[in-house]
Amino acid sequence: MNNTIVLGVIGADCHAVGNKILDHAFSKAGFNVVNIGVLSSQEEFIDAAVETDAKAILVSSLYGHGEIDCKGLKDKCIEAGLENVILYAGGNLVVGKQDFEKVEKRFKDMGFDRVYAPGTSPAESISDLKDDLNFNIGTMAV
Amino acid sequence: MNAVLLIDFGSTYTKLTAVDIDNDEILAVASSETTVKTNIMDGFYKAFEVIKAKTCDLDIEYVEKLACSSAAGGLKMISIGLVQSLTSEAAKRAALGAGSKVYRTYSHELSAREISKIIEEKPDIILLAGGTDGGNKDCIIKNAEALSGKIGDIPVVVSGNKNAVDDIENIFEENGIYFKITDNVMPRLNILNVEPAREAIRTVFMEKIIEAKGLGEAEKEIDNIMMTTPTAVLKAVNLLADGTNEEEGIGEILVVDIGGATTDVHSISKGEPTKSGVVFKGLQEPYAKRTVEGDLGMRESASSLYESAGFVKMKKFMANESIDIKEKCEYLSRNIGKIPKTEEEKEVDETICTTAVGLAIERHIGRVATEYSPMGVIYSQEGKDLSETGYVLGTGGAIVKSRNPVKILKSGMESIKDPKYLKPSKPEYLLDKDYILSAMGLLSESYPNKALKILKKHVVNIG
Repeated sequence: MNNTIVLGVIGADCHAVGNKILDHAFSKAGFNVVNIGVLSSQEEFIDAAVETDAKAILVSSLYGHGEIDCKGLKDKCIEAGLENVILYAGGNLVVGKQDFEKVEKRFKDMGFDRVYAPGTSPAESISDLKDDLNFNIGTMAV
Repeated sequence: MNAVLLIDFGSTYTKLTAVDIDNDEILAVASSETTVKTNIMDGFYKAFEVIKAKTCDLDIEYVEKLACSSAAGGLKMISIGLVQSLTSEAAKRAALGAGSKVYRTYSHELSAREISKIIEEKPDIILLAGGTDGGNKDCIIKNAEALSGKIGDIPVVVSGNKNAVDDIENIFEENGIYFKITDNVMPRLNILNVEPAREAIRTVFMEKIIEAKGLGEAEKEIDNIMMTTPTAVLKAVNLLADGTNEEEGIGEILVVDIGGATTDVHSISKGEPTKSGVVFKGLQEPYAKRTVEGDLGMRESASSLYESAGFVKMKKFMANESIDIKEKCEYLSRNIGKIPKTEEEKEVDETICTTAVGLAIERHIGRVATEYSPMGVIYSQEGKDLSETGYVLGTGGAIVKSRNPVKILKSGMESIKDPKYLKPSKPEYLLDKDYILSAMGLLSESYPNKALKILKKHVVNIG
């Protein structure tokens, strides 16, 4: 079964540590992680997903500009034939201490399937992704 | 004495080099016009007579006669991938590394129009890629289906997603396509794997193309046409840089080779960022990289060179600004056999040559981009960082036969002013003064240590 996902840090953000932790956690959970690393543009996420036939794109943003960087990503995915690819976003997506529910709504309106607040454990998003992709533990190499 | 005869069937000249392999010395060189329209061997015999005359007092036994070729239009290729910046680019780099001219690169599913265009262009080989291993396989399979039945006897090298290979094999076998399947040019995202595709292209070149181009006659007389001329040059340069198990090489090198129609640039270097805090972006770079500029050349491409460079850039290289360089470039592209004789003609050629050196190197090397972020200034690099590359080597008649090769190379390099370009910062300049790179690339197949010794003797340091 194809369980390829694209992982990366979007925009002019070079926070590499969280990216490495997510890579490790999702790989250990049985996903085939294609990690495009830091400083990644929307186009790089999309190109990587097209070429690797990925089922989900996981976008991280730590520096507060996530909202600007993520705008239009879903539209570009549709344009590139990736309308069924699942989109997640997480990290410190916006500046300051904003009400997360509002932030979540804004990201969902932009076309993201799930949005994670600062400090979320990787285990939570791993479990969600397995649900969203209808993967059960038994069929995945752990 | 035992000798090896090395032959380069070039687009214009057939060049012979006789090497004494007992003493690692060049015995004689000779050249004659390439005669591909009548019998390719006519030109060879003419040049061979000159070699015989030059070595008449020696008792020579030729133990091997090896050849490379860029005659009859060289090796024309089309490369096809999925995403333009990923597998399409990887396929293009593999094809260039195999010494071909890549006429066009296609991405995504091919349309009927694109396929007609491919057939119109009559490529010698098509390189079909697409998808990482385990990644997208629909596109490459659809392209294989679309091509088969249309392309007739054009050979295809398949170097894409391994999961698509079985399907493609069936499709091509059913349709009687001549094909070779090899490892993926991009097995994982941004990981480049060009060697297997290069080798497969070379095999097809030896098995199919030589005969098809009317060079088969040569193989009755000599041992083998083993590779394309640019491949031989790249092999020689690689040997000079890396050395062998027995003898050290000279290290990282950048080579510029100027011809009448194209300018080739080769670099042997990993090209990784040399400064801390620089992030490398995009597709991995090939260690031995070749790029070809089809719009930069001394004759056929002189007018397109003017279009690309313009008067402002070119006049900086001229001592005499009153020369109408535009008119001269156009004249030369119509009179491709012109050999410079007068002072002015020499200056025009030097100006064109210097311009080509600058532009071709600028397009080959990597760039660093500065981005301002909330976390301060950050740098990202695309392409190869050659700032610590120690040598720049010039070859090709226009440089080798010019009055002042070091000036051409230096001014060409210095014309790349923008600090974003990661050019060699303090290179030493080398010259392939006896024009032996392609011959030594051939020799290195059987005698790498001898080829390296001769290269070190005949490639001279000019400043």
